[in-house]
Formats: sequence, structure tokens, C-alpha cells
Amino acid sequence: MIFTLHIWRQKNENTQGRFVLYEIDNINGDASFLEMLDQLNEHLITQGEDCIVFDYDCREGICGACSLVINGYPHGQKSATTTCQLYMREYKNQSELWIEPWRASSFPVIKDLTVDRSAFDRIIQSGGYISVHTGCAPEANNTLVEKYAADESFNAATCIGCGACVAVCPNASATLFVAAKITHLALLPQGQIESKNRAKKLILKMQSEGFGGCSNHRHCTRACPKDISLQNITRMNKILG
Amino acid sequence: MSQLNANEPVGPLENRWKKHVFDLALIAPQNRKKYKIIVIGTGLAGSSLCATLGQAGYKVSSFCFQDSARRAHSIAAQGGINASKNYQNDGDSVWRLFYDTIKGGDFRARESNVYRLAELSNRIIDQAVAQGVPFAREYSGYLANRSFGGTQVSRTFYAKGQTGQQLLLGAYSAMSRQVENGRVTHHARSEMLEIITINGKARGVVVRNLVTGELSTHTADCVVLCTGGYVNAYYLSTNAKGCNASATWRGFKQGAYFANPSFTQIHPTCIPPTLENQSKLTLMSESLRNDGRIWAPKQAKDCEKNPKDIKQEDRDYFLERLYPAFANLVPRDVASRAVKHICDEGRGVGIKIHGKRLGVYLDFSDVIKKIGLAQVEQKYGNLFEMYQRITDDNPYLTPMKIYPAPHYSMGGLWVDYNLMTTLDGLFAAGEANFSDHGANRLGASALMQGLADGYFILPQTIANYLARNTFDKIKPNHEKVEQALNAAKARIEQLMNAPKARHSPEYFHQKLGKILWESCGMSRQRTRLEQAIDEIEVLQLEFWQTIKVTGIDQDLNQTLERAGRVADFIELGALMCKDALNREESCGAHVRMEHLSSEGEAKRDDKNYSFVAAWAYQQQGAKLHEQYLHFEFIKPSVRNYK
Repeated sequence: MIFTLHIWRQKNENTQGRFVLYEIDNINGDASFLEMLDQLNEHLITQGEDCIVFDYDCREGICGACSLVINGYPHGQKSATTTCQLYMREYKNQSELWIEPWRASSFPVIKDLTVDRSAFDRIIQSGGYISVHTGCAPEANNTLVEKYAADESFNAATCIGCGACVAVCPNASATLFVAAKITHLALLPQGQIESKNRAKKLILKMQSEGFGGCSNHRHCTRACPKDISLQNITRMNKILG
Repeated sequence: MSQLNANEPVGPLENRWKKHVFDLALIAPQNRKKYKIIVIGTGLAGSSLCATLGQAGYKVSSFCFQDSARRAHSIAAQGGINASKNYQNDGDSVWRLFYDTIKGGDFRARESNVYRLAELSNRIIDQAVAQGVPFAREYSGYLANRSFGGTQVSRTFYAKGQTGQQLLLGAYSAMSRQVENGRVTHHARSEMLEIITINGKARGVVVRNLVTGELSTHTADCVVLCTGGYVNAYYLSTNAKGCNASATWRGFKQGAYFANPSFTQIHPTCIPPTLENQSKLTLMSESLRNDGRIWAPKQAKDCEKNPKDIKQEDRDYFLERLYPAFANLVPRDVASRAVKHICDEGRGVGIKIHGKRLGVYLDFSDVIKKIGLAQVEQKYGNLFEMYQRITDDNPYLTPMKIYPAPHYSMGGLWVDYNLMTTLDGLFAAGEANFSDHGANRLGASALMQGLADGYFILPQTIANYLARNTFDKIKPNHEKVEQALNAAKARIEQLMNAPKARHSPEYFHQKLGKILWESCGMSRQRTRLEQAIDEIEVLQLEFWQTIKVTGIDQDLNQTLERAGRVADFIELGALMCKDALNREESCGAHVRMEHLSSEGEAKRDDKNYSFVAAWAYQQQGAKLHEQYLHFEFIKPSVRNYK
């Protein structure tokens, strides 16, 4: 397959970026989107040019490192998929692809397609945990958890912290990310005690990190590669009261 | 005292760890903040250690190359975590988990270490549940278990196919709490390039800021490597692309012995390669073997057919045929070898790569008939989805295809019972050390080991080390600090300025991977290994002559990062082959073709090879130290899964 690529190149946070045009051929439909970019980078090395920087690690859709807005969609248009698990067979031969970094002021561009998502870590640090001491927990089966609650908690906990929800949101809000963490812990009896306080802390931190608020555009859940449900936001609002 | 004193306690096995903990020196709470500990890597071992040390009150500096501590490759573990809770009342016990792990490791691990691991397994589950890890539950609200990877008891705890992710989020959140408390200072996008050794003790590290390319030095009272395994040496593996051996290799070059480098595990249930320039392989959880049936066509002529058109009588359920007692649940190495054997015979299925079809079927049609689609979906839904996303095949309708792939390294830095390497003050935990899995690792045991090391073992043994040693203050311009910094600088310069720069890091990595997969994979033989060692030597020369890194070093430069890691993989690859060559026996995850029984099964040689092969770095070539293993409690038996 052949593709025309418009790739965002930016030297660092403080310089202006721009789209650069690349043509690439000989792409197998079974190659992943990132493997296609690998192939392009190999060409760039041959030509003596600096490679295009993009985040990746596990390449199996679980680590949350990969990003990329492809033709306007974070992680591409395919639902419930990370960029690393997007395959070139999803695109028509000879199509044109616009590849950009996550766009949000709380995620400043580091270089090319890579952004700084450490704001997410700081949100978790502000209270996204159960304050249990390590090393001296009670017997696990002493606390029973209703299966439905455990399953719903798990579903919320599947968030991989990639930031697609922020990238797609017109307000660049991290509400889905925050709500998922709040729900994950609040649904479990061991996390319930701190839940209101936790929710307040996380929301405040989200705001102070410069993320916008939620105004119900609901794009986040569609962009989410892990199908994190909007119900989490409802639950969070209930907890906040 | 020999350098390879494992510091194992003596006496009844059940009391060893308890007694050892009591004998270890302590640091009083008010004094802990005077000590600084560097932790490299934030997977299960690293982040759980940071959380525990931070809470105890030490000053901790942690580093990871990923953009967040939460992304370490522990997240990719799907299947589960073992513990000997015996919730299912099926006869499990600490002793049985210990026994299974020693036996699964083919009698190449230390009894004291493994018993401790089995003992601590239960506390890990307690800890994780308290942190809010959403394990699978029964309708009663109690924790659910499953049997996993060849064990005959249900002792595996799981969170659908995301057990690693959920456990790491638990440890990461506990670590985050300590970051907020100011006790842990975390540095993301930072790669350790050198260890600073002063007066024979590890006292710090040189780190490259991956965003700016800036090198900085950090000193402390001890250093802990929690940097994972090295099967990315094979190029194609189930590891994340960034997984590398550079930190452990720096440790090795500073005097930490590298143990059993040839002990790598090849996982049977991965998605087969479909492209010649594929970047990685994806693991499908082994739990799939609980219900899926593995088969290949009996006749090579059927290999191209749609599997639905192959009649029952033309299918060879080869694991059920060869190993009726364990059938599809035989250990990983047995399954992997059988699958590779079938494909080498020309009975593989799927797309031809380099002239061979690399795949066999993993079929769920029987279990779907038996328990219904809904039940199967409940158990394996997310794994099936993942498979379909990658292959475009629907495993509810057509059998999956699987093929073995490098997955885990049992080898790693040699450590004593305190998890300290032969370099004083340098500790290694999780997959980065060699300690608990012998020559093969059982499914659902890696998560257990990483967390046992981080939550429970190291916090005690590090305190002991700190209490029993004195630490001079180190000036920032100390000669040894400068020396380490200059070594890191010189290496980067060499990578950036090869005399005949021509080839990318990927070019060399793929070449190395091919050599290792063909010579030092599941089946090995002397001639191939000797040839591989020669080939790697040539490759290494070529690398330093022609490695091409574009861009500049004072910048975010992923090509430079990769080049440095590949350079270390090449050296490690040579040591893997050397170790494999030295081990004249079939053991654990690998067979030596020269050492097979008349039935073609692995033949272990306890008389001559019941030792840990610990290699010491020397410029003229690594030197072997043999640490013999003594089995006081379990008599080594021959594994037989027939």
C-alpha cells in the first residue's frame, strides 16, 4: 500500500511546529500504524534525517504510551483501539493521513508527536489511591465485595491513562480519566471511606493542572480505547454531591 | 568467605525467613530519612519497593525510561498471580506452591528463596486487595481463582486479562502517595547509563534525561535495579519495545555477576508473526489453554485449508496425544517445543514466513458447545477481542492460531538471599534478578516474585545493609563520579560518530535476534552455538564501525536510545550463547539436542550441572563461577508429563 502522510514536526515546546509531507510505499495491510511509522523512520535514517519522535512501548494496547491524532481522531477512527493496535488494512490504499500529537495545553508538546502527560501522574499523586500502609494488610477474604461492584470497579480501572479523552475534548477536560479513578476506588468497600475527599482532591488538581471542565460533549467515551463509560462521570458527580 | 555466599539461613525451611528477618539489623524510624536509596525501574518490583521504602521514611529517588511509572511492562501480564491461600480447598499449601515452583524450575533454584516466595504469596494478595486491586470475584463476594499453566490446583488470582495492569496500578498508586508525601522523588523519561562505584560499593548512577539528552549524576547509599528482563535480545518477543538489559549489563560490568543468562522462556501461546519486518509479538494469555484445544492437521496437504473443512479424524490434537495426563496444560517449554516441532515438520498453518508456516490451531469450539458462548465470553472476552483486533479473525467462529515467542528471562543478575548482587550495595529485584524460577518459570509466578521482592523482602534486607555499613559523604566532583559520567559521555559520542555510519539500530537488532532465535532458543546444540558466538563477534565489530544515529544527542533522540540498548544486547547475546554452550544438559525451558532421552525428552544432568552459572565480567571474556545447589527438602525428580 501507498500513503501520503502529513506529519506534525516540532523541535520542542518553545518552537513553532508544522506539517511535513512524506510519501511512503510498500506498506503491508497487516502492519500496525506504528510499524508503518517505524518503516518511515528507517527511510529517514538512510537519508541522514532526524527520526520522527512518537511515544510507544508495549505495542499491545495496554501500556497507554502511544498517542497520535490521526485524521482528527485520537488513536484513529476505529473504536476501542489504541494506535499501536490499529492496522493499515483499516485505511484505503493511497489515502492521505494527517498525523498530529495530542492537543491540550496541559499536555505540552515535547517534540514532534510526543507530549508531556505528567499532569496525569500529578492528579493521581494528589489522592488517586487508598491510603493503606504497605506490608500489613488484613486477610483478603475478610472484605467481601459484591460481584457486580467488583466488575464495575474493574471496568473503570481498565483506564490506561493515555489521554485520548483529553485530546478529543473541546474543553481539554480530563473528567473521564478522573471519574474512572474515583469510581474504581469508590465502588470497593476498602476505598469507600475516602471517596468523597478523594473525588474533591482529584477534581481540584485537574483544574489546577489547566484541564477544562466537563460540558457534556461526550466525545471522550467514544475516543477512549478502553471503552470507559460515561456512567463513571455520573457516579463521580453523585459522590461529589 | 567466597564471593558466592548466598547468605542462606539454615534450619527448618518454614522458619528461615522469619528467623532471618529477626536477625537483620533495623534502622530506627527517626534515622531513616538520613538514608537515600536509588531505584531504577518502576514495574511491580520497583514501584512496590518505592512505596514501601517511602512509607518507612527513607529518601527514595526513582527513575524510569517511560513517560510515567505506570507504563512499565508489568502491565502487560495477563493471566494472573499465584498464592497459596487454598481458598478452593483443593489441597494447596505454601509447601505445595514451593514444591511446584522448584519442580517447575527443573531443580535449578535455591530452596530457601523459593520457599520464602511461596510463603509471602498470601500477603501479596492481602496487600493488593487492600489497595483496591479489583480481582475477579464470585457471586458470594469472595475472591475467585483459576487453575493456570499446568498446575493441578486453582491458586491463581486474576483480574480478567489485566492482572499485571491492575497490580501495577495498585503499586503505582501506593508509590504516588509517597511522591505526594515528598519521600519519593520520581524521574520519568530518564535512562540509567552507568553505575557509580566507590570503594567497592554501588553509590550512585549516571542518568540521561531522555527529553534534553542531558547527563546527570545521582549519589545515594545503595542502588536497586528493578529493570526487568532481557528477552528483547531476540528482537521479536512479547516484551515491550523499550524493555532492555542496559541497566543490568552496566551492573555486570561493574562487578555484579550475571547468572544463568541462557535461561530464557519461550511462551507457547503467542500470535504468530505475519510480516517479515514485524516489530513485536503479542502474547495471548496462557489461561486460554485451560479451555482451548491445540491441534494441527495430520497431513501437510491440509495446512492451507480452512480449518472448518478439516475433519475431526484429520486433526492431530498433539498435546493430548503425546501427554494424556496433562494434555493441553503441559508446562510452557513442553508445549512450545511440541508446537515448534509440528511446524518444523511442515504441519504448521497460516502465512508462510521465510518458507515456513509458523502456527498451530487453538480451538474453542468444544468449550463453546459445552458451556455456551456467554460463559466463554465472560472468561476470555477481552482476550478474544484483542486477538480479533490484531489478526482480523474471529476466534468465536474460527480457531486461533498460536506460535511460541520469547517471553521471560529466568536468568539475570546473581543475588544472595538478601537480593544483593556481588557488587556491594547493588540490589536486583523482579525479573532483573535470577533468583526464584530456576530454569523455567511457572505461569502466574512473575507478578508474585516482583511484588514479594518489592513489598516484603528488600525493605528488610536494604535496612540491614544500611545499618551494617557506614557511608562517607560523596562530593559531586568525586573522581569516581566524574569517571562514570565520562564513560557515559564517551559511549554516546562513539554511538553518534561511527567511522562508517550506515545501518540503523533496528538492522543490528534484527540480525542479533535471528542469530539468537536460531541458536539459543528452545533447542540448542554445540555447533550452532559456537557458530552463533562467532557471528555475534562479527556483528559487534560491524556495529561499532557502521551504527548510524541521526539527529543530535542533546535532544529527545529515540534512535540514540535504541542504539545504546542494542549495543548491550549484542554483548549479552554472546554471553547467553556462551552459557548455553557450557550447560551440557537439557534443563527447564531449553533442550540441548545432544542430551535427549531415547524417547526424545529432555535429559537433565544433576551430577554435573546442578549449579547456578554465575558469570563475572572480565575484559578478556566472562569467567564462570559455579554455585552448586543443595536440595535438602525436595529430592530432584525427573519431570515427566506423559
